[in-house]
Amino acid sequence: MSMMKSFLGAAAALAITATGALAEPALVFDLGGKFDRSFNEAAFNGAEMWAEETGESYREIELQNDAQREQALRRLAEAGSNPIVMAGFAFGSTLDVIAPEYPDTSFVIIDAVVDQPNVQSIIFQEHEGSYLVGMLAAMASESGTVGFVGGMDIPLISRFACGYAQGAVAANPDATVLANMTGTTPAAWNDPVRGGELARGQIERGADVIYAAAGGTGIGVLQAAADAGVFGIGVDSNQNYLHPGSMLTSMLKRVDVAVYNAFTAGEEIEPGLVVLGLEEEGVGYALDEYNEELITEEMMAAVDEARAAIIAGDIEVHNFSDDGTCPVQMQ
Amino acid sequence: MDFLTILQILDSTVRLATPLLLACLAGLFSERSGIFDIGLEGKMLAAAFASAAIAFVTGSAWAGLAAGIGASMILALLHGVASITFRGNQLISGVAINFLAAGLSVVIAQTAFRQGGRTPALTGDARFTEITLPFADAVADVPVIGPIYANLISGHSILVYVALLIVPLTWWVLFRTRFGLRLRAVGENPAAVDTAGISVVGLRYAAVLICGVLCGIAGAYLATSLSAGFVKDMSAGRGFIALAALIFSKWRPWYALMACLLFGLLDAVGNRYQNIQLGDFVIPVQFMQALPYILTVIILAGFVGRAIPPRAGGEPYVKER
Repeated sequence: MSMMKSFLGAAAALAITATGALAEPALVFDLGGKFDRSFNEAAFNGAEMWAEETGESYREIELQNDAQREQALRRLAEAGSNPIVMAGFAFGSTLDVIAPEYPDTSFVIIDAVVDQPNVQSIIFQEHEGSYLVGMLAAMASESGTVGFVGGMDIPLISRFACGYAQGAVAANPDATVLANMTGTTPAAWNDPVRGGELARGQIERGADVIYAAAGGTGIGVLQAAADAGVFGIGVDSNQNYLHPGSMLTSMLKRVDVAVYNAFTAGEEIEPGLVVLGLEEEGVGYALDEYNEELITEEMMAAVDEARAAIIAGDIEVHNFSDDGTCPVQMQ
Repeated sequence: MDFLTILQILDSTVRLATPLLLACLAGLFSERSGIFDIGLEGKMLAAAFASAAIAFVTGSAWAGLAAGIGASMILALLHGVASITFRGNQLISGVAINFLAAGLSVVIAQTAFRQGGRTPALTGDARFTEITLPFADAVADVPVIGPIYANLISGHSILVYVALLIVPLTWWVLFRTRFGLRLRAVGENPAAVDTAGISVVGLRYAAVLICGVLCGIAGAYLATSLSAGFVKDMSAGRGFIALAALIFSKWRPWYALMACLLFGLLDAVGNRYQNIQLGDFVIPVQFMQALPYILTVIILAGFVGRAIPPRAGGEPYVKER
């Protein structure tokens, strides 16, 4: 009997430690897949950075289709993960339903705003970062025509496009901006063939710098740009290494920093809205050994000046999401 | 819209129509023999993966093409075993192949290359590059004909020309050879073919394997020519558009060419112009993207002639005892 007792006691103690150990953070990737070389991969890198520094582990789920969103969040919340970080605007409506059901769990959503007491919403000022790469594009362009290829046609991607167009026109008032969206379904994030075709179309119309904000589709866009000998601009992660010499730069969106910070804050994470812009180094442009020869000092000076002016509030970059319109006409 | 723009759109049309055309002809062979195949998408995807992987490892696009055809034929054989030998439901087998290809390609790619279910980017000889036909540069300055020859006809990957040659070849095989006659007969009335002492099972396997070869070329074209490597789900529904084209073309090879070029043109125009302005009326790009499916529904509803599928299609053949 006493043996039974100690056995039960040990089991109970084990259960308690198990619960304690289970409060590990979790990360849910969106449909582009963990290694999209872009948005999701940045989130993954942030989580890995945290795991390496702390030596702790985290849980992760990679979605295969839209129907799994709710299931994934419930499973993680019920398994005791805390906080649960999800990368992607598409989680918004699901989280709005799930969050009140698990009031003791903290959730972090990137790229969408969910107004619940246990949710931290992180949004980036993509239009500010895109403005800077738009300036670089217009300055590097010889034809005066620059292109943009977006993934799924959603306001978030239009924000990239609109910021880019404003930057291009700021650097060269005569610049023409061509813009295409790949599609209207999530498949648009994974269609490099159509992406390449859109890029070719823009190149034929005179574009000699093309900015891809399209997840896995962007791989095809940047490939087509490299094949045709024009410049490509990557997005979210630093993609300069993909085609050294023909990648002008990448618009960095520090999703990795956001995930890292959320994991570091742990269960005590502050709910509410966090906006990461140029000032917080949440967005920016990439400069490394692959593109340092392409960015002249003149270009760098102009961009850094604009960056300071945006932070100071002297230049206001219009945010497409505010009113659904863009001051610059795109073709 | 100037002449050069039209040429560029037509050029894009040819590139976009080629994978559709190959998949459509693949489906044509299979369905003419009475085996419905909605697994075109999966076979294309598996071929895209296999060709990209082998092309990367060997550095040869031709080895990639062979691997793509091989992978596609294995799936075709699976479809054959399930639906011909075991007389299973052809639609379910096709769906299973689509799922199998979507999952397996990513898993194998991740195990082999550790790049998150994609293959490394292909360069140099590992890709089918655009070939310039003879005299293309010489005649480029000739008005009208020059640019058409230099821009539109020349400057495609060799697989494009292969696909275009397969159209007359398909017509000839199906309508001018004994094999073709029997193949069509087996899709209409397998019992009659059997009575004549010809193997229904053998003919159907042959058709399904030809379907595998053509899907393999289509997949290799996607991964080693149009783009440079495999990305998960990169076939992006082209197998289903090819099925739509097959119905649209009423199971005929020349019509299939027309249907695929039409769908390719719609795609190219949609890519070029996000919104088309017709006076006060704006056609949104979404409408252009949906048009292939809308046209197929109209055809199926019987507004523009009737689309009559092979009569024995979808029915496993059971020999009377």
